[in-house]
Amino acid sequence: MHLVLILFFILASLWTVMTRSILRSAIGLAFTSVILTIMMFGLNSPLAAVFELSVCAGLISVLFVSTISLTQPYTTEEVLKRMKEMFARFRFLPLILLVLGIALSFAKITPLANLPPGEIVKDPRIVLWDLRRIEIMGQILVLLAGVFGVVILLKERIKK
Amino acid sequence: MSLSNPETMNLFWSYGVCVIMLFVIGIYCVLATFNLIRALIGLEILIKAVTLLIIVAGYATGHEALTQSLVITLIVVEVVMITVAVGVVLGIHTYNNSLDARKIRNLKG
Repeated sequence: MHLVLILFFILASLWTVMTRSILRSAIGLAFTSVILTIMMFGLNSPLAAVFELSVCAGLISVLFVSTISLTQPYTTEEVLKRMKEMFARFRFLPLILLVLGIALSFAKITPLANLPPGEIVKDPRIVLWDLRRIEIMGQILVLLAGVFGVVILLKERIKK
Repeated sequence: MSLSNPETMNLFWSYGVCVIMLFVIGIYCVLATFNLIRALIGLEILIKAVTLLIIVAGYATGHEALTQSLVITLIVVEVVMITVAVGVVLGIHTYNNSLDARKIRNLKG
C-alpha cells in the first residue's frame, strides 16, 4: 500500500513538472496534494491530512488556476522550444545527482538518534493550543502579513 | 512504532527515498524553467517533500502529535507565501506583459 502510494506520488509530481500545459501542471499539483493527504492518513496524521486536503489541494490550486487565467500563457510552439532548451541545459543534472547519491550512501548517516523516547502528548490539538501557543500567535501574524502584502500589491495595480 | 523496529525503519527509508526524489524534481523544476508560475509550482513540490519528511519522522519516532502541529504551521506559512508570490507574479505581468524571468530587468544594476 505504502509503496504504491509512493509510486503514484512520484509519478504525479513528475507529470506536474514535465507536462507542457501550465494549467495541467496546476491540476497535477492538486493531484499530488491529494495523494499526500492519503499518505498522511496512512501515517497516523489525520489532522494535518485534513489541512493539506482543504488548503493545499483546494485553495492553492484555485489560486494557481486563477493566476493562469489572469495571465496569458505561452503558445504550443513557444512551450516546445522552451522544453528543448530545458533538456539541453540540464542534461548533466541526473549524472551529478547519481554521483552525489553514491557519495552520500558511503557517508554513514544515523538519523533521529537523540530524540526523546515515546509520545508525550497524544492529541495534536493539545500540542497546538497548550504547548505551542506562541506558534499560533506567529501563524496569525504571518497570515496578517500575507493579507497586508496582497492588499498593498493589488492597491498599486489598481492605481496604475 | 519505534526506530528499533526494522519494519518501521524500512518504511522510513522508503519514504526517505521518495522525499529525495521529490526534492530533485522540485529543484529541477525551479532551476530549469523561466516561467514564474512554474517556478512557484516547483517550490510547492519542494514544500511537499518537507511536509512528507516531517510526517514520516513523526510516524517513525512516535511523535505524531508534535509533527502534525508543525505541519499545520508549515501549511499556513506555505499558503501565505504562495498568495504573496502570486500577487508579485501578477504585478510583474502587469508591468512587463510577460511571465518570462529573463525579461525582468527592472532591478538590474
